[in-house]
Amino acid sequence: MKKVGKQTICFDNPPTILETASIVGPKEAEGPLAKYFDQCLEDEFWGENSWEKAESKIIKNTVHKVIQKSKLSQDKIDFCFAGDLLNQCISSGFGLRDFNLPYFGIFGACSTFVEGLSLASIFVESKASNYSLCTTSSHFCSAEKQFRFPLELGNQRPQTSQWTVTGAGSAIVASSGQGPFVTSITPRKNYRHGN
Amino acid sequence: MAEPLDTRKDYQNFVNKKSPNSPILKNCLNAFWVGGIICSVGQLIWEICKLNGLETQTSTTIVSIVLIFISAFLTALNIFNKIGKFAGAGSLVPITGFANSIVSPAMEYKSEGYVLGVGGKMFTVAGPVLVYGISASIIIGIIYMIFGLVS
Repeated sequence: MKKVGKQTICFDNPPTILETASIVGPKEAEGPLAKYFDQCLEDEFWGENSWEKAESKIIKNTVHKVIQKSKLSQDKIDFCFAGDLLNQCISSGFGLRDFNLPYFGIFGACSTFVEGLSLASIFVESKASNYSLCTTSSHFCSAEKQFRFPLELGNQRPQTSQWTVTGAGSAIVASSGQGPFVTSITPRKNYRHGN
Repeated sequence: MAEPLDTRKDYQNFVNKKSPNSPILKNCLNAFWVGGIICSVGQLIWEICKLNGLETQTSTTIVSIVLIFISAFLTALNIFNKIGKFAGAGSLVPITGFANSIVSPAMEYKSEGYVLGVGGKMFTVAGPVLVYGISASIIIGIIYMIFGLVS
């Protein structure tokens, strides 16, 4: 592992993405990518009584699913990098607390997942960990509540306004495997257009 | 291959060029007729009050109360935001929009409790309007008083 150029890290033994899992909401399920998701929800609350709890449940079930799919036992996972859009990363914090995993809370807005993947890869490459997990979640309703307006507010959205994903994704990074591999990482300098 | 975009301004121009414009004419028309209907309903309530022998001042108050109630009720039923999406300023500018801007955060933050949630966050949308509306009217009132326009 060495630094190349100004802001790139190249790996000598590229870590591999061992397994991935994703759970998404009803709007994502209508799109062309629906068949690639592990689970599509019909209800944005998923039986909970707040959007924040629903988001926690989504991330919890996604992590559960990725561990299940990888056929690893849970205590093989050394570290977990997780983050979301809410204050104090509550959906990750509450979603992951039952797993009893060492947890790094990260925040990178849109880039949280790749940020987690980068850090997990560095941990695996440096032999600090054999298996690291990275995960992130967002929920349209909780993000609107946190950053924009209440859903019941009668305002108009521009045709090009963005729509925050309801869903979560998880990946397990391992030192060896079939690939795909993380060969190098280049974090961008934070000087324009958000994250 | 397109030219690389160097500055934030270039990027903004590129986005503006690619994104479709809002249908202004259609939006204006929808705002006009929906807003017109809301105002007509208000006028109708006012006329009914007058017919029943109420004073002008009382009738005006009743119109505000009824419109605020209808708007708050429709917000709770998840109908007002659909009207707002369709009509824009047509439903926002009358008192109905103001009622909606208070009820919608109250509903949204109910999950955080009645004191810090509903009570604390109820005015997140309407708060600035209240603060600067009331402040501006006080300043204008003082100016009027100084120049002796109000006895």
